[in-house]
This record gives sequence, structure tokens and C-alpha cells, in this order.
Amino acid sequence: MSIFMTLLIALKALNRNKMRTMLTMLGMIIGVGAVITMVALGKGAQSTIEEQVKAAGTNLITINAGNFTQGGVRQGGGMSTTLTPEDAQALRSLSGVQYLAAGVNSRAQVIAGNQNWSTQIQGTDVELPLIRNWPTKYGGFFTPQDVATAQKVAVLGQTVADNLFGPDVDPTGQLIRIKNQPFKVLGVMAPKGSTGFGQDQDDAIYVPFTTVQKKLQGIQHINNITVSAATPETAPVSAEITDLLRARHKLMGNDPDDFMVRTQEEMASVRTETTKTMTTLLAAIAGVSLLVGGIGIMNIMLVSVTERTREIGLRMAIGARGRDVLMQFLVEAVVLSLFGGLLGIAMGFGLSAAAEKFLQWPTSIPPNAIGMAFGFAAGTGVFFGFYPAKKAAGLDPIEALRFE
Amino acid sequence: MPVISIRDLVKTYHVGEVTVRALRGANIDVEPGEFVAVTGPSGSGKSTLMHILGCLDRPTSGTYILDGKDVSRMSKDDLALIRNRKIGFVFQGFNLLSRTTALDNVELPMLYNGAEKLKAAERHKRAMEALTAVGLGERFHHFPNQLSGGQQQRVAIARALVTRPTILLADEPTGNLDTRTSIEVMDIFQRLNVERGITVLLITHEMDIAEYGTRLVRFRDGKIQVDQKIAIRRDAAKELAALPPPEPDVPVPADEVPSEHIGGVV
Repeated sequence: MSIFMTLLIALKALNRNKMRTMLTMLGMIIGVGAVITMVALGKGAQSTIEEQVKAAGTNLITINAGNFTQGGVRQGGGMSTTLTPEDAQALRSLSGVQYLAAGVNSRAQVIAGNQNWSTQIQGTDVELPLIRNWPTKYGGFFTPQDVATAQKVAVLGQTVADNLFGPDVDPTGQLIRIKNQPFKVLGVMAPKGSTGFGQDQDDAIYVPFTTVQKKLQGIQHINNITVSAATPETAPVSAEITDLLRARHKLMGNDPDDFMVRTQEEMASVRTETTKTMTTLLAAIAGVSLLVGGIGIMNIMLVSVTERTREIGLRMAIGARGRDVLMQFLVEAVVLSLFGGLLGIAMGFGLSAAAEKFLQWPTSIPPNAIGMAFGFAAGTGVFFGFYPAKKAAGLDPIEALRFE
Repeated sequence: MPVISIRDLVKTYHVGEVTVRALRGANIDVEPGEFVAVTGPSGSGKSTLMHILGCLDRPTSGTYILDGKDVSRMSKDDLALIRNRKIGFVFQGFNLLSRTTALDNVELPMLYNGAEKLKAAERHKRAMEALTAVGLGERFHHFPNQLSGGQQQRVAIARALVTRPTILLADEPTGNLDTRTSIEVMDIFQRLNVERGITVLLITHEMDIAEYGTRLVRFRDGKIQVDQKIAIRRDAAKELAALPPPEPDVPVPADEVPSEHIGGVV
């Protein structure tokens, strides 16, 4: 018996009961559709992060004060007082360092006219626009002079400007009040969107770090240093920085670092790993529905074998061998799961497109996910179709023909 | 040479603790072109004999030579092939596939005809010929639930004929039919037997149906009790001519009667 004949017989049998065929396929459709959609959403999130990282610049290195464990005490990065402006100045001597900006962070309620807004006050240095490749939209950035003399000047992020002055208004030259001190607005940064960590970079005010130290907080230390490496290869630069800072902080031998040097790549890989885990988890959950779909096929095939006992008896009487019946039911199951798989892939594409359109969630469907879902669907068909098919093939034709 | 030759056929079943001796040494020779009516009370072994003759079952002992070949010790797969090539079955419940046209039902045996690969067009042609031979030339594309009981049985006969078998095995073919339709069906069997020389084995427990055959075999307690020529053979064609004309055939609309309610659809 040729496979073509078996296929013909199976298709005719499936065609005889379209309702049952559709319902059986539904499990497969939903299962495969769910897997494809979940993977598409996860992969989409992953590629967004990768793009954001690329946009932020891959040669970025950040040094945070403190370490997660210092002297047995866990500390948040940036919370300790170990970094100083002198450290930052010293790092400039390193050949691998292209641009550098010391940073001090604060949070405050900002007032302009009758509007107010709570936002992040980022004390930074004049090279920040160069490090982040980030121009101003209105006005300009502050000058080394402003930093040296701790001037009360500010450059607003787009979100802050929108909230204090309204959209499409150039606030350059206006005054805002931070902690009851007047700051002169020098300009507005171009919109940049969120970081890979979900933080809105436009919801911040950039002022000289010296101003935050002296006028807002009254501190001597800085929280972090942002460096752009001269070459895309950041690892050696990061090692140089570590060595220099350890020497400056007089750390010996096994003393742990009292600062943390992280490259953009490291941070990106952490994010990517997280998203990968999420994607796998989602796909695994969706996989359960694929499994349930497979069991659904087995269920219907078993019912179908019982219901079609006399048909099987007849087929045997007119010359079907056990293996012909086995193949027929197996092919029926595989055809069910493959068609279900195909429709499921179509559903996955549809849902992904809908997520992209209505939820603004970027999606990307990797070709190997399609292949895997399809292969798994076929495998499920064979695996769950085999037992019912075996049962059908083992029927005694005489008994089967008498079956009521 | 006889087309069927059985010698000392014994079939014993074990149903739990009980041993059932269904056949206790049966001997028959059937010559080509014979129309043998097999009768006997239920439990007499006639069904068991039919199963063995139909190659659905194998004897416990004894030999069965079909068309010159000993099939009594063949494997299940080989028997399936013999059933496909040499035997045409007609059942009491017609066993047509539901939601499948008459033509597709008749084509079914040819789908299993492994060695003899038939093209779709050839299968079609043969199925149409078989349906025309049983007088259903107009009903190729009807579904079983659109056909009367007699018409369904004629589709089943066409299905049995389509592989050009050596013998036609009919198991109570008129059991589900009324008198007139029974005579119509017997008319087809008689014509196939007389005009085409097809060997027919008919199981029935109705004596009047048995009289359409040329030879009567009566079973009792697993043995042949009577084996004789039928002296006065009934002629279905003549009987039909004598009957009043049938009521016009009103096809049942497909959506009104669920197929389950019409006997013999699987």
C-alpha cells in the first residue's frame, strides 16, 4: 500500500466528519499559535533591548561607588561615598578613556511658574552629550566654566520640559526652582526614550555635578563616573580603570573593590539573559497547551476508533491489512496535527501582528521557532496517534463487523 | 476443479472456561458457477464457516483450498490480500461508509489493492461499471442516507463486485429488507450468477430465500446435515414481473433523516 493511497484514505476519512476534524485540530491550532506568539513577543523584546544597547553606544563604561558586598555588608551601588571628583580627574589620564563625566544623582520637586514636577536631578559633566551621543533640541549644554563655578544652570529632559512648559515650547532662558533655588534653563535635550532598564531618560534634569554637590546636597563625593572608551573593545579599559581606582583607594591584595565597573555589554547581556529566560518560560507554558492539544488528538482518535469499529471491520473485510489500518489512523492523526500546526502558525503570525499594532509591542518570529512548532506538531501527531491507531489495527474483523 | 474445497474443517473457540466446537469436521466442494445457499439454525456453525470461507478467520484444523490455493495456514496479511482479490462480501447491515458517495463506497476496495495499482480514472470506470451492473447507474453521487435500503444493498453488492472476485459471499443479505426489495436483491444475485457465472455463497435462515440458489447446504451442530441440489429453483426476475409495480422511489432528503437511523451505515 503506497503512502499516497494511505494519505488518500485518511483524507477521505477526515473529510467525512468535518466538525470532528475541526474540533480536534483546534487544540493543535491554539497550542502552536500560543507557542509562536509567546516566542515572537519574547524575541521582539530581546531585539528591542539589543537595539537600545546599540543606540546607547557599546563603548560605555559606568563606575558606581560602593559594591554589592563590602566588608560583609551588602550595599546598593552608588550609595557609598568612595568615589570622588579627584578619582574622576585621575581616570582622564588613562589612554583608553575618551570622554568622562562624573555624576551625582538627586531627586527633587521642580517648579516653573504654576507648574511643578518631581524628577531626577542628574549632576553630570560637560562631556555627557558626547559620551551619550546626545544633542540638545533647544539651547545648549552647560560649559566647563559652569561646572567649575557650580552655576545654577539646568538642561531639561524632554518629558520635564513638556510638563513644566508644555510641548513645543522653547524654555531656554526661563527660570525654574529646584529646592527653592532658582536655576536658569540653558536648553532641552533631544528626546531619547527609555534606557534598556525601563528608565525614562527624558524625565530628568541635567545640571553640573558640582552644583548638586554644593548647592543641593552639600556633599564631597560623587555617585558614579560615566566613561566612553576610545575603542569598542571595553574590557581592557575597564581593567585599567579598576587597577587605577584600586591603587588610588589603597586596596591591597584580596581587598574587595569599593566600586563597581560595568561595561554596557555586561549590562546588556544581563538584560538579554533575563528576557531569554522569560521567553523560555512563556514558551514552556505555551508548550503545555501544545501538549494538551496533543492529548486532545489522542482522545478524539480513541473515541473515533471506537465509533468507527464497524468501518474498521469493513475495511479489513475488503482487504485492509492491520498495518493499513494502523497507517490510516496514524496518518489521520498526523494530518490533523500538521494542518492544526499550519493554522496555528498562521494564528501566531496574526496574534503577533495584532500585538505589534494594538499594544505597540515589537515582535519577531524566528524561523527556527516555526520549524520547531511544526516539527513538534508532527511529532505530537505520531506520538499521540500511535496508541489509537495500534488499537484500531488490532481489532478482530469479525468482532468489529458485529459491533453495534 | 472446484473453486472451494474444504476437508475436515474444525473450528474450536475458547470463551473463558468454555470450549465451543463451532465446526466439527465439514467437507464441501463448490464448483465454479454454483449458487450455494447455506442454512441452519443459529449456533449451527454456518457463520463460522462463512468467516473461514471469507478468510476472516482460520480453521483450527482441516484444509481450505480456495481457487487452487491452500489458504488455511496463511498469515493474516496474506489473508487480507486474498479477501481483497478473491472474495466479495455482502453483509446483512450493508456497511456502507456514511457521508461517502455510492461511487466512493464502491471504489473503496480498490484503494487497498496493493499489487494491482489502479489509476484514479480506472477506479472510477470500474466503480461506475459495477454500479451500473446492479442498476444504480443514475445514483453515482448519492450518499447512503439518500438511498433506500434496497439501493444501499445494491451499492454494497457493487462494492463486492468491483474487484472481480472469485466468489461472492453474502451473509443474510436480505435480513434488513422487505419482501419486494429482498426479491430485487436476489434478482441481482441470480443475474450475476447466471449471466456472469459468478460463484455465490449465500447464508440465510429463510428457506424461501435459499430456494433462489442451485444447491442447499444445511448445517446442524457444526456438521453438514443436508447437501443437495435445489430441485425447483425460484426465479426472482419472473417473480418481480408478476408483482404490482413498485411505489415511486422518493429519495429521502439528506438533512431530514440522520444517517444513524438508517440501518447499515458505518
